[in-house]
Amino acid sequence: MALSDAKSVAMRPNPAHTAVLFGIKLPMWNLYLTVIGIAAALVLPFVVEGFTVFQLTQALVYAIAVLGLNLLTGFNGQFSLGHSAFYALGAYTAAIMVERYEVAFYWTILPAGIICFIGGFLFGLPALRLEGLFLALATFALAVATPQLLRYEHFEGFTGGVQGIDLFKPDSPIEFLGGDQWLYFVVLVCGALLVVGAWNLTRGRTGRAIMAIRDNPLAARTMGINTSLYKSVTFGVSGFYTGIAGALGAAVAEFVAPDSFTFFLSVWLLVGMVIGGLGSIPAAIVGGLFILYVPNISEALIGQVFGDDPSAKALIGVAFGCFLIFAVYVMPNGLAGFVRWFVARYSRPGI
Amino acid sequence: MDQFLQQTLSGLANGAIYASLALAVVMIYQAIDHFNFAQGEMAMFSTFIAWQLIAWGAPYWVAFVVCLAISFIGGMAIERIIFAPIHDAPALSHVVVFIALTLIFNAMAGFIWEFTIKEFPSPFPAELPFETKLIGPHEVGIVGITLIMLGMIYVFFRFTPIGLAMRAAAASPESARLVGISVKKMLGLGWGLAAAVGAVAGMMIAPVVFLEPNMMLGILLYGFAGAVVGGLTSPGGAVVGGFLMGVLEALAGTYVIGSELKLTFALVVIVAVLLFRPAGLFGRVVVQRV
Amino acid sequence: MAMLEVRGLEAFYGHTQALHGLDFDLEEGGITTILGANGAGKTTTLRSICGMVSNNGSITFDGEGLIGKATENIVRKGIAHVPEGRGTFVRVTTEENLRLGAFTVKGAKKIADGMERVYTYFPRLKERRNQQAGTLSGGEQQMLAVGRAMMLQPRLMLLDEPSFGLAPLIVKELFEILRTINQEEGVSMLLVEQNATLALGLADHAYLLETGRVVMSGTSDDIASDENVRKSYLGY
Repeated sequence: MALSDAKSVAMRPNPAHTAVLFGIKLPMWNLYLTVIGIAAALVLPFVVEGFTVFQLTQALVYAIAVLGLNLLTGFNGQFSLGHSAFYALGAYTAAIMVERYEVAFYWTILPAGIICFIGGFLFGLPALRLEGLFLALATFALAVATPQLLRYEHFEGFTGGVQGIDLFKPDSPIEFLGGDQWLYFVVLVCGALLVVGAWNLTRGRTGRAIMAIRDNPLAARTMGINTSLYKSVTFGVSGFYTGIAGALGAAVAEFVAPDSFTFFLSVWLLVGMVIGGLGSIPAAIVGGLFILYVPNISEALIGQVFGDDPSAKALIGVAFGCFLIFAVYVMPNGLAGFVRWFVARYSRPGI
Repeated sequence: MDQFLQQTLSGLANGAIYASLALAVVMIYQAIDHFNFAQGEMAMFSTFIAWQLIAWGAPYWVAFVVCLAISFIGGMAIERIIFAPIHDAPALSHVVVFIALTLIFNAMAGFIWEFTIKEFPSPFPAELPFETKLIGPHEVGIVGITLIMLGMIYVFFRFTPIGLAMRAAAASPESARLVGISVKKMLGLGWGLAAAVGAVAGMMIAPVVFLEPNMMLGILLYGFAGAVVGGLTSPGGAVVGGFLMGVLEALAGTYVIGSELKLTFALVVIVAVLLFRPAGLFGRVVVQRV
Repeated sequence: MAMLEVRGLEAFYGHTQALHGLDFDLEEGGITTILGANGAGKTTTLRSICGMVSNNGSITFDGEGLIGKATENIVRKGIAHVPEGRGTFVRVTTEENLRLGAFTVKGAKKIADGMERVYTYFPRLKERRNQQAGTLSGGEQQMLAVGRAMMLQPRLMLLDEPSFGLAPLIVKELFEILRTINQEEGVSMLLVEQNATLALGLADHAYLLETGRVVMSGTSDDIASDENVRKSYLGY
């Protein structure tokens, strides 16, 4: 269920103005944007300083997680306030494999995704019977319970308990790339693959089925769509994306601990999704950048006004909350919806 | 045996808190068909207000009453300003706004009062008039205050015209309008009451868990569990469910799972009840309209 | 001046227009009926008076405009609406339903008197006073709906298909009581009915609606003797 009907603002691309990229049909303006985006993504790590590269990497990680959440909520209409749990599962999988079993980091990414796919699929099974709000409640409970579970003393041998696990980001195998830059490209490649995957998933038959379930579950069922299977699998895929984000995030932060995966991480992801726009893939990137940079910018602003007072940082939460409410009131389709609306309004087909 | 009794009684004390929150959640749920995920943070914020009043020198019970009044008005204001305009918006919009409120209250409390823990006074005497090792004075006080409050709420809904009108407005808004009830006002009142009930829960639990912005999240989870167990359509059921969750928490914590998996326990209860008995113990089955 | 004057009333459900400029009057003390087939706009007319659909045009009650006012405030002016489907508060008792009907009435004595009056008209409700209203039979719920409307001490009662789904004997009893209420309590009535015979028997004035427009009006006798009405609505 989208915040408001996304279809009504969706543009109808004019066939003469479309291009094909990785098997994805795009309107021309979209192609230009994509090419510019890719070019910027490739060049940026060489022109900005190290810390910014680190931040951009983290933003990409969030973007992947937001994309995962968006597949579930934006495309399939299932709520989740529990994606911090999947993110944590992915992060701990990677950290445990690297630190306890000395697996090279790259080989932990896919397993993290797969474990989260299974986790998501399994959570999706009971979730089938939990419509809308009840699913929101169950996932809320999951998110609230997760940090305590990670701290649990009997798992301490694995999880490191309250202390968590330290790990190191992989070394760059290429001489002229620094560690941060290398990790940036690792995340970028993963993200690109996942975006292409999401695009293909949401375009074809499967995508139509997934969205039909969102728009009218009953009608979808009468059309012969196996809604249970699709919903569980979507939950799994959503978990897969978020788990991979978690694994990558563990490498970026070089550290996993229970307190990094509280309910509020779920809230950040929700903010990213809503601000970016439901049911839009590029919106995930906007969402990722938003989650990372808006707090940073706010923090800088707050620092100017209130000085170094640590509690003043809490105002970021207030700002995020207000952004959320603002988004619900003013741009129910997020920034992506706003852009679509803008383009649809000012570019008449055929011109 | 002593340990069992002791745990049951202290479970009842916590259960009183869960019962209050469960009731607040169910009141809102019945009125607008949504879960108030911000109920815990609202209660926490109210408790900070009381703390501030006490820190400024107000006697405890003055602070208590003023805090209730502020919470009541605050709850009404939230309904009027934030939720009335999106009344017909889809469920996700509501969830998002509730989450936004959670965030705002949490962060505001952190900003105003900082994230360090604070002691919150207990209004009850340090010793019970009778000799017992089974239950502490504050626990007796929690149960007592909660029962008095629940009794007042019961009388209000059961025997006053406004209470009756509020029930009618929540159950059949259109018919309510036709007898001249302003559903809008009733909704506001309901929010105010729920906020005040939550405030009592916050002020009662704060001396036990210490006051800090994140203190209510786990407690709210138990409140939700109580509401789900008792039945989301039954305020009385939610209260019973809340007490039940308190006792179950204490007993399971002592004998089965230890104290470190309490939230997981609540998660399991919530999911299990929603799956296998969605109406809870006392609720009605809500048939999905097609 | 008529008690209720409706001029150029238009009503909409989303983009669909249900009423296309309705004009009619309702005299104080009388019973007026609106006849018409399914979808003619009868229910919409009643709902418009109570501000429950988006509408424009003019509706005046005792010279006071009603358009744009909230339902609960229109009701407070003394217009009681017995809605389609009866609008029972199913989870409270019969007596609490009546109390809810008197929500706008101040004074315990007045309310108690009102309730006694309802019970004299509908003794069955008194027997069922402590029963959960949702468990009442259809006929009892319809009586409860009328009783609840009476509790408001209205000057005008809007009745939406009170005969719907009821056994003929019960309908007969109900309509007798409606006539008595009209005469003894001086409550004016606007009755919407699919059962035209029944409605014309009770009402003194009638309007005939077709697809959101008034196509005929007059006294009940005039309407009942009209050839077309007889064929289309009375069936003889």
